Amino acid sequence: MLWDAFPSALDLARFQFAFTVTFHFLFPALTIGLASYLAVLEGLWLWTKREAYLDLFRYWLKPFAVNFAMGVVSGIVLSYQFGTNWSVFADRTGPVLGPLLGYEVLTAFFLEAGFLGVMLFGLGRVGRGLHFTATCLVAIGTLISAFWILAANSWMQTPAGYSTAPDGRFMPEDWWQIIFNPSFPFRFLHTVTGAYLTTAMIVGAVGAWHLLRERREAGMALPSSALNERSRLMFSMAMWMAAAVAPAQAVFGDLQGLWALHYQPQKVAAMEGHWETQRGAPLILFGLPDMEREETRMAVEIPRLGSVILRHDWDGEILGLKAFPPDARPTNVPLVFWSFRIMVGIGLLMIALGLVSLWLRWRRRLYTVPWFHRWAVAMGPSGLIAVTFGWITTEAGRQPFTVYGMLRTADSVSPIAAPAVATSLAMFIVVYFVVFGAGIWYLLRLFAQAPRSHEPGPALGEPIRTAGITPAPSVRPDRVQGGRPQPVE
Amino acid sequence: MGAESIATVWALLIATAVFLYVVMDGFDLGVGILFPAIHAREHRDVAVNSVAPVWDGNETWLVLGGGGLFAVFPLAYAVILPALYMPLIIMLLALIFRGVSFEMRFRAETRAQQLWWDWSFSGGSMVAAFAQGIALGALVQGIAVEERAYAGGWWDWLTPFSVLTGLALMAGYGMLGACWLYWKTEGELQDQARRLARRLGGLTLFFIAAVSAIMPFLQPEFRARWFDFPALIAALPVPVLVVLLAWRYFRALADTPETEAAGAEHPHLSHDAPPPQRFVWRDSIPFACALGLFFLSYTGLGISMWPMMVPPEITIWDAAAPRSTQIFLLVGAAVLIPIILIYTGYVYWLFRGKIRAGEGYH
Repeated sequence: MLWDAFPSALDLARFQFAFTVTFHFLFPALTIGLASYLAVLEGLWLWTKREAYLDLFRYWLKPFAVNFAMGVVSGIVLSYQFGTNWSVFADRTGPVLGPLLGYEVLTAFFLEAGFLGVMLFGLGRVGRGLHFTATCLVAIGTLISAFWILAANSWMQTPAGYSTAPDGRFMPEDWWQIIFNPSFPFRFLHTVTGAYLTTAMIVGAVGAWHLLRERREAGMALPSSALNERSRLMFSMAMWMAAAVAPAQAVFGDLQGLWALHYQPQKVAAMEGHWETQRGAPLILFGLPDMEREETRMAVEIPRLGSVILRHDWDGEILGLKAFPPDARPTNVPLVFWSFRIMVGIGLLMIALGLVSLWLRWRRRLYTVPWFHRWAVAMGPSGLIAVTFGWITTEAGRQPFTVYGMLRTADSVSPIAAPAVATSLAMFIVVYFVVFGAGIWYLLRLFAQAPRSHEPGPALGEPIRTAGITPAPSVRPDRVQGGRPQPVE
Repeated sequence: MGAESIATVWALLIATAVFLYVVMDGFDLGVGILFPAIHAREHRDVAVNSVAPVWDGNETWLVLGGGGLFAVFPLAYAVILPALYMPLIIMLLALIFRGVSFEMRFRAETRAQQLWWDWSFSGGSMVAAFAQGIALGALVQGIAVEERAYAGGWWDWLTPFSVLTGLALMAGYGMLGACWLYWKTEGELQDQARRLARRLGGLTLFFIAAVSAIMPFLQPEFRARWFDFPALIAALPVPVLVVLLAWRYFRALADTPETEAAGAEHPHLSHDAPPPQRFVWRDSIPFACALGLFFLSYTGLGISMWPMMVPPEITIWDAAAPRSTQIFLLVGAAVLIPIILIYTGYVYWLFRGKIRAGEGYH
């Protein structure tokens, strides 16, 4: 029967949430990193007065604005989707999770939205100090936003500080425990660091691409000093970031894994592909987890390393999936298993990129080695991919629960008929691919433009008039040097 | 303070957030709604730039409304959102088209691409306004509830009344947008905004009258509010004030000989020098009147609905979260909302005055 083949409203709602949240997070991952990068660039420009920093600031401001807009509009969808598609979840968890999202709006969204206008449109209209303050506030806003939303997500992973009412609602008992629930601190570090690395990979790829292009257009190897100063600068900054932060990220990831082993052993078992509980468990590098046969077939493994990594003990015991009843195991073990490997594999590539950059920098060849630049270009989207698969690991690993161990996904869904959810899902897919596809295309077009000196940006050449109340132009002719306006202090 | 009185405070706070959303995103959505009537490219650029620095902040009030409802009235959130599933999803999608178009219009590489983003901006604004109006109408008409959950179908929201409120909100937002442009622009575009504001003002008043005439017959409680003594005494000032404001609105938008003469005598209405302060202030009167009309309509709605949150069953006290949740967020809101209002006001002040072609960062 055709109707039997039609997915249930639950499956459709799950797929819709997975689709919209995955698409959404691509944008804030870059927003968080770029906002901080822009603040650093503007700060360095004010401090050192080196023009290249301002040029880079203006260069990256344009993609930042496009990316930010896409993050805002795709994020509003999520704040309503808890109610439209997961109304039982909303009713039960609202008393606990609602205020966390409320605080995100009050402390972060308004701050970002308010000062983004000043950041984008104010460079010729307000003083340098105020403009820098606006940039910093936007950057801080992105971090505060990450704080609250990750507190909420972490509470769903490791719920704490609540009691349950007879009608099934979660009642807040201790807000400190709710916010700083066990998985929150390392999830926050891991996610923000991931966003910084994502940005570093993109900035590095853009810089490397322009270095390659200059060399190709010149038709010969150019010495460092002949290359575009701004391309070199952004490439160098990105590689410093990769070298310093990619290894730290591995440590944060490991620490988060240790917490997960304590609080969500099923998830870790699925990540590792372990079915049997064993002492001195191997580390399975690759294999095919088979949910029907309850084993990981064709496993390539390193003896005992699993216990060493997870227990920091040669003989440590690791619980396997069979230690848990089938209805408390992650519903898609291969997805968790493979997503985790993709994330870790990319992380290792980033560490390698950072280490090689240190070597080349020491040999003074960072700007002149084409194979390294090609590698950096190829790594451009790697952060976005790693972040996406990291989230899939942790979210698919939380199944079959929305609130881990307490509220099942199947019991969380809205009483909406499948055709309604299918219709909205189809609309989301079409609109997201058209609109965000176009947005990503424009981002790539912006990246393709070489960063120039006197980068045209927020401040225009002609005087900008705050008409009406204060008729004085905010750009004074005596401050315009070489056709480029200086903001009034 | 008992849980009930805190819930009352919260209901007023969320009502305020929704009202701020309606008027603030209302004028920038209104600018999008007017786009088909604005043909010249430079006029469209000016119109978009007049709202570009503030639209994002305006839309954040929508997130506060949704997030606040989730936090403090989770039951209302869990009932209203599934009941209004389709109009809300369509609104969110429309807001996506509208929101990205601010950036994309200026990234367009060909005329055709820019026209596409103009349509996306305008269509997104219209559909978002229409969907919000439909959602409002469907909520006011009442939502079927059983055991803490929505109990209706996925087309219940579509009724002649909800279509009427959809059109009404489009007209109202259009009026706000026209008044905003009248305030923030000059010359040809301002003249056009004046004509649009007059037409849309008339249309909005027609819709206010139509919705007001139907409202008392939707729920018996609504009728009691408006026609029984002594509630009548309390409610009566609302329609009287609507008439007074409408009169002031049209007077401010009339082509008086004084404005004509002022335009001729004062060269600062040309493109060389800023117009004096009194012109900017005077040009804000229609916008202020339009805000007043929205406030009165909203108050009228509040008089009808109070203390229902989801008519006809759920009151604000039924829907309220436990006391601890309400207090935890109220402490923050009491400190943060004034701060938000201050810096939002500051940003508006920073971008005050008339907008001209070529302003913006693109």
